[in-house]
Amino acid sequence: MADPRIVIVGAGPAGTRAAETLVAAGLRPIVVNEAAASGGQIYRRQPPGFTRSAETLYGTEASRATAVHATFDGLVGKIEYRPETLAWNVQDGALHILHGVQASRLPFDALIIATGATDRVMPLPGWTLPGVYSLGASQIALKAQGCAIGRRVAFMGTGPLLYLVASQYVKAGAAVVAVLDTSPLSARLRALPLMAARPDVLLKGVGVMLRLRRAGVPIHLGITPVAIEGDGEVALLRATAANGTALEIACDAVGIGYHLRSETQLADLAGCTLAFDAASHQWLPVLDQDGRASVAGIYLAGDGGRILGADGAETAGKLAAYAALADLGRTVPDADIEKLRSSQRRMDRFRRGLAIAFPWPAHLAAALPDETLVCRCEAITAGELRHVATALDAPEVNRAKAFSRVGMGRCQGRYCGLAGAEIVAAARGVGVEQVGRLRGQAPVRPLPIAARVDGA
Amino acid sequence: MPTDGRFERLAELDRPAVPIEIDGKPVTARQGDTLLVAILTHVGSLRVSEFGDGPRAGFCLMGACQDCWVWTPDGERLQACGTPVQAGMRIVTRGAPWPILG
Repeated sequence: MADPRIVIVGAGPAGTRAAETLVAAGLRPIVVNEAAASGGQIYRRQPPGFTRSAETLYGTEASRATAVHATFDGLVGKIEYRPETLAWNVQDGALHILHGVQASRLPFDALIIATGATDRVMPLPGWTLPGVYSLGASQIALKAQGCAIGRRVAFMGTGPLLYLVASQYVKAGAAVVAVLDTSPLSARLRALPLMAARPDVLLKGVGVMLRLRRAGVPIHLGITPVAIEGDGEVALLRATAANGTALEIACDAVGIGYHLRSETQLADLAGCTLAFDAASHQWLPVLDQDGRASVAGIYLAGDGGRILGADGAETAGKLAAYAALADLGRTVPDADIEKLRSSQRRMDRFRRGLAIAFPWPAHLAAALPDETLVCRCEAITAGELRHVATALDAPEVNRAKAFSRVGMGRCQGRYCGLAGAEIVAAARGVGVEQVGRLRGQAPVRPLPIAARVDGA
Repeated sequence: MPTDGRFERLAELDRPAVPIEIDGKPVTARQGDTLLVAILTHVGSLRVSEFGDGPRAGFCLMGACQDCWVWTPDGERLQACGTPVQAGMRIVTRGAPWPILG
């Protein structure tokens, strides 16, 4: 019998460890990666010719990053690597891909989806001005290009990335004028029992905060965002401090983000069941402890299934690969798997802790002024979305999308979908879990009109 | 409208120069730059929203938001954050130059 054909989407920490595990089992998986180089976003590599050290790029995670890179590089020749290849649909047991303008399908016996996460964003007036970027973008500019997003940079939002990016900017010599966090200190204290599941990570987080304080960066907790203002570009960030005073921060760039959201579109298109996760306020694929989705032969690993971070992604990649191997009738190392599962349970406790410490500020969506752009693709306002949710009686987000186009633009709802659902829910006076989620649509990214299928 | 660059280079400063042209104006990028960085180290924005709400300068830098589209004079669309700069590139940031068919 021919070897089973296993396709992995993504070459970050999860995809890399999944591929390594399959190769060790004697298989030759296909790895589809949107970028040219492996590493994913978290361990993104700088272009050839750049000279900064791993320590400069990845800080305390340098050894993990280089280990993941080395593992992937060691798989060359043992996997079928498809770099610069977009996975844009899953249908009838095949992954649909595009390389350049060449479209094709990859039939699979098992599919491991390791597509990671993007920034979770809450709109505010002025967030489409030049100079406003996601936290992830702020980090990519520095890590992959050696650039700051501006000359006087403010960071606003919540979550570990908020502080990490700010401290990386300080370390690189950028002027960080303020860090504004919507989460209050009390939330962090409440989360301690769960976050104690990973004391090492907790300590690293405290270290990042201390470095920012020592650098003299003003940090404001429990703030309420008001607006980003400027004439054709960012000039001022307005917020309200926890004590009610107005904060006016002069800056030419703002990095915003509220932790992360899983990239679930491919699982959705594959027909996997998603369920509302109350801890993260997101719809996530239903998974067993090893990453098996509800559809046979589909596995999720890494932040695309649960936001466990890079370490959790490595473990999830191994578990998903073992699950696929077991389901294909191969023998797997049960004792090792049990250890990996135990590690993931600890990671998941920490994940739930993070969600308490740095909660998604859903209430801000309800309070957005009507004129705020929610959909940055097509410039559709919160007021227009409220109108379709109430006057036109759209009961859930897909109908609201059909009426308003919020979620129908070229980002496919990645940056408006979660806030949009909160706006619809608040306008209708129901919980956000009542208004559903935007259904995944193929292609998950825009395809060039020149795309073609040879031999079809 | 700002005329100087938006992004500030902090590291990797001694890479070879790569000449490109933005809206007809010759500028110098660096080898290894993405098109987005090559443009935003010289000008303040990448495009103008088709919906009348002003200029845009990208948002996610990871190929997800699609807010960094720029064009070649022939009408080819490029995602600025994911396209490496190449010597001689000519980029249009104001209005899609749709190719005239037929």
